[in-house]
Amino acid sequence: MRKFETLTSWAATLPQPNIDTAQLIPARHLKTVKRDGLGRFAFEAARYDKKGESNPDFIFNQSPFDKAEILIAGANFGCGSSREHAVWALADLGIRAIISEQFADIFASNAPKNGMLLITLGRDEIAELMQRAKSKRVRINLPSQIVEIEDMQVKIPFEMDPFDKKCLLEGLDQIALTLRQNAEISTYEARWEKKTPWLFHD
Amino acid sequence: MADPQAKTLFDRIWENHVVGQRDAVTSLIYIDLHLIHELSSPQAFENLVLNNRKVRRPDATLAVPDHNVPTTDRDKPVKDPESALQIQLLEENTKAHGIEFFSMHDIRQGIVHIISPEQGLTQPGMSIVCGDSHTSTHGALGAWAFGIGTSEVEHVLATQTLVLRKPANMRITVKGELLNGITSKDLALHIIGVIGAKGATGHVIEYAGPVIEALSVEARMTLCNMTIEAGGRSGLVAPDDKTIRYLKGRPRAPKDGDWDKAVAFWATLKTDAGARFDKEVVVDAKKIEPQVTWGTSPEDVISISGRVPDPTHFENPERREAAKKALQYMGLKPGTLMRDILVDRVFIGSCTNSRIEDLRSAAKMIKGRRVADNIIEALVVPGSGLVKAQAEKEGLDKIFKEAGFEWREPGCSMCLGLNPDKVGPGERCASTSNRNFPGRQGPGARTHLLSPAMAAVAAIAGKLADVREYE
Repeated sequence: MRKFETLTSWAATLPQPNIDTAQLIPARHLKTVKRDGLGRFAFEAARYDKKGESNPDFIFNQSPFDKAEILIAGANFGCGSSREHAVWALADLGIRAIISEQFADIFASNAPKNGMLLITLGRDEIAELMQRAKSKRVRINLPSQIVEIEDMQVKIPFEMDPFDKKCLLEGLDQIALTLRQNAEISTYEARWEKKTPWLFHD
Repeated sequence: MADPQAKTLFDRIWENHVVGQRDAVTSLIYIDLHLIHELSSPQAFENLVLNNRKVRRPDATLAVPDHNVPTTDRDKPVKDPESALQIQLLEENTKAHGIEFFSMHDIRQGIVHIISPEQGLTQPGMSIVCGDSHTSTHGALGAWAFGIGTSEVEHVLATQTLVLRKPANMRITVKGELLNGITSKDLALHIIGVIGAKGATGHVIEYAGPVIEALSVEARMTLCNMTIEAGGRSGLVAPDDKTIRYLKGRPRAPKDGDWDKAVAFWATLKTDAGARFDKEVVVDAKKIEPQVTWGTSPEDVISISGRVPDPTHFENPERREAAKKALQYMGLKPGTLMRDILVDRVFIGSCTNSRIEDLRSAAKMIKGRRVADNIIEALVVPGSGLVKAQAEKEGLDKIFKEAGFEWREPGCSMCLGLNPDKVGPGERCASTSNRNFPGRQGPGARTHLLSPAMAAVAAIAGKLADVREYE
């Protein structure tokens, strides 16, 4: 997994709440058996018109935000289906960090497993960031857990799950980590099988 | 008074599944049942093989194709090459790893969240996951069940565990009683309207109170299914005598000596008096009328007797903007009576509402009536081969077909339009499914969520209609 430490980039803003995973990538593109190449479908309905031409009103079609690696979005971002394709599509579009007031649970669980940093901030902080991000780049420092506007005095600390932080900083493979606890899992299984034998079948 | 020793039902299930602590706030959690389907698993199996890893517990895993499968011509090969490949890969991957697979030609095939309870695999006190957000459905039997992404699917395949932070506890108590014609779908939509699409984010909801106790196990599944539309990854109902009666004798329910042991264990699965919930909501069921959505989020819901809301009346500026956009997408004008909205298609199906009780409730409305002429297509898609067989035994298929409905093979179908069953651009669908997001049922499709009985009367009227006028 790609490591995340610091990032300075233009930030695209999408203030509306409840941006669901079908808006991030429509279901018809889930019929792939691969993870890569999904960026062209990200925000498909908003990004292109009916003829498939770029919609100039959409922020990811506007310079310099077409190069944005940071997205600042309205609350309940990523609600709806569990599709990890939503994260894969955003990552393939170039997004490495998303800032919102609140993320949907499953999306919040999927993103860090793909090296994507999610930052939760308060409503007023988001409003200020959205305003300033129109003309300045945004800088994220994960080790010190700070979001700031480039060349400005605005410095916002953010909270972070310690395990997600460690995985992002070190680019850890979570499965390899858990497999190291194999003996512990076996001990648990023996205990649980004794209590609920009907859940084990060989 | 909150008792610090008292535990919620969810606290108990969580504690039973802690393998160990990862750090102060993160635990390694054991998973009892892993359900997989063709859409969210191919990349997980690919990585598993790439890293030379094995499936830890094939015996705790079941696979079924449901999202992509066509609902017609099951004797012919699947036409869409991408769908065909995903279905083929699911079969090959499960075979290679010794996982049980219900093929499209097996009568037990169906929507993953329908077939697991139907087989008796879903049981109280279990932890259940699936790469699908509507895994919350299984909570109806007192299981802690939640949707996961593909990375987590791979993690569970390899380790039978997940690394999780404990979600918060929320209780929704439903008092009073549901009035005539009101179903658990109306209750679910009403609750989402009250708490909002992110009202339960970060929480496990326990549904409690006299109305929940009075619901059938299948009706509880509809309610728990929609928990994710309120942001909650899982919803659950404490197991009771109904749960035990539902499970008894099902193919995968505990047998012989295990049955008594299991029943005794299930009896311990309840919330203590005085247990503390992080959030509590009380709903009065008597106030609930038949519900229908008007917008593009399940929280955009109103009674059938109501009118399309005026966005300028919303206080919150974001909600105002979102409502404006939603009405534009839906092609609706503020002030229009909901019952004046014409529909083009009707869909009865999905993991929310395709069980036998749902089909009975719709058929009761349809019997002896005809689908209106303006309806392009009215579909009934049973949730499983076994639901379909039961409905045919009861003659429900004839009632639907004589009225002008199409009677199809089981799968997710028009809920998300991955197979040929789609709603066309600008067309309006009265749907018993769970999401009215833009483009959910097809590009440009307009969805109105409602109960099976309400979908049935919409088909007859050719427009949104009030089920209470048809009984």
